[in-house]
Amino acid sequence: MNEKQMTAPDSHYEQMIAEESVCTTENIVYEKPHTLTDTPFHYCPGCGHGVAHRLIAEVIEEMDIQEETIGVAPVGCSVFAYNYLNIDMSEAAHGRASAVATGIKRVLPEKYVFSYQGDGDLAAIGTAETIHTCNRGENILIIFINNGIYGMTGGQMAPTTLPNMKSTTSPFGRDTNSMGYPLKITELIAALPGTYYVTRQSVHKPLNVRKAKKAILNGFQYQKLNRGTCFVEIVSNCPSNWKMTPVESNKWLEDNMLPFYQLGDIKVPKEEIK
Amino acid sequence: MAKVKGDIIIDIEKCKGCELCVEACSQDSLTTSKKVNSKGYLYIVKIEDNCTGCTNCALVCPEGAITVYRKTANRKEQIAKITNVTKDMTITVNE
Ligand SMILES: Cc1ncc(C[n+]2csc(CCOP(=O)(O)OP(=O)(O)O)c2C)c(N)n1
Ligand code: SF4
Ligand code: SF4
Ligand code: SF4
Ligand SMILES: [Mg+2]
Repeated sequence: MNEKQMTAPDSHYEQMIAEESVCTTENIVYEKPHTLTDTPFHYCPGCGHGVAHRLIAEVIEEMDIQEETIGVAPVGCSVFAYNYLNIDMSEAAHGRASAVATGIKRVLPEKYVFSYQGDGDLAAIGTAETIHTCNRGENILIIFINNGIYGMTGGQMAPTTLPNMKSTTSPFGRDTNSMGYPLKITELIAALPGTYYVTRQSVHKPLNVRKAKKAILNGFQYQKLNRGTCFVEIVSNCPSNWKMTPVESNKWLEDNMLPFYQLGDIKVPKEEIK
Repeated sequence: MAKVKGDIIIDIEKCKGCELCVEACSQDSLTTSKKVNSKGYLYIVKIEDNCTGCTNCALVCPEGAITVYRKTANRKEQIAKITNVTKDMTITVNE
């Protein structure tokens, strides 16, 4: 047996490995969750709403609770969220998603119930509903997409718009003297005894996407404990109304939104879920 | 040494050409093509064969347009034996 005979078949097979396609079902390490329908998103290119929807679908799929989950969609760009999530969903009047979710959860306490709301929806017109839902400690999950603007209606100032940030209704930038400071509603509701888990995440980078998913997973899992409202804020972008490319918008988010809206847990349960 | 080989498939009809995946890929495997899909978006294509299957592009894709594949060719794993050649000769292909 000489060297050549020994090595020839090996290198031959190495070549075969190289040529063989990697794209086979058993090699899949990431694919779109099936709980997300095949309907194409109507969102602008690069909009964080798409990532947030996908994470919710992934969590529902991994927890295998597709049949036991009811979502409430808001008014805002994500008004058609029910077209994309293959679960039971209801639409709410502008700002009232947490009130609608309260009703659903009280009638069907064994279901997982969540609302999905923008900053205009949750922190402007729906401020009362948001605060009182959290104050009552309703056993729901509120997912709050904060892009610092009214996206759907064309870029008006939101309560969350940053100081000096331009919008169609603050064309010279938000003047805090006349327009007030951005409302950190997440910190506000965290102070209420009714809230159980409050966190702020983002979806602008792969690591942040992973953390945001974990936060949503926590939010759903804690709902089983019946200990109060879970609240997951996701700092997001609006490339169209920020008038930037998607890549620029994520950079801007990191440089401007995150110093003001710091990421991380704001309120964590004392006893961890088993 | 385990060899990692990754690959991705982009659903070019779903892609909106936002380039967030291009930005997320540390291997610089991706770029914007010069062609548009049926919605008029310049979609993304893979140009390098150095994908590690890290999933970063898929994680940031707002359209859920990317499927990621990864294969680890573990050289120690023996799945076939060639007999009739020599007594102990084995090949180490990963199926
Ligand atoms: C009662 C009522 N008032 C006002 C509006 C107009 N309106 C629609 S969406 C929206 C704000 C949306 O902003 P946000 O909740 O931040 O969602 P985004 O589009 O940014 O995701 C407003 C003011 C409405 N539809 N109904
Ligand atoms: S307007 Fe802004 S929030 Fe609405 S879909 Fe477009 S980028 Fe997203
Ligand atoms: S899986 Fe990782 S290496 Fe491959 S294209 Fe995507 S980001 Fe690049
Ligand atoms: S992130 Fe998704 S939608 Fe954006 S360019 Fe890449 S594949 Fe296309
Ligand atoms: Mg908004």
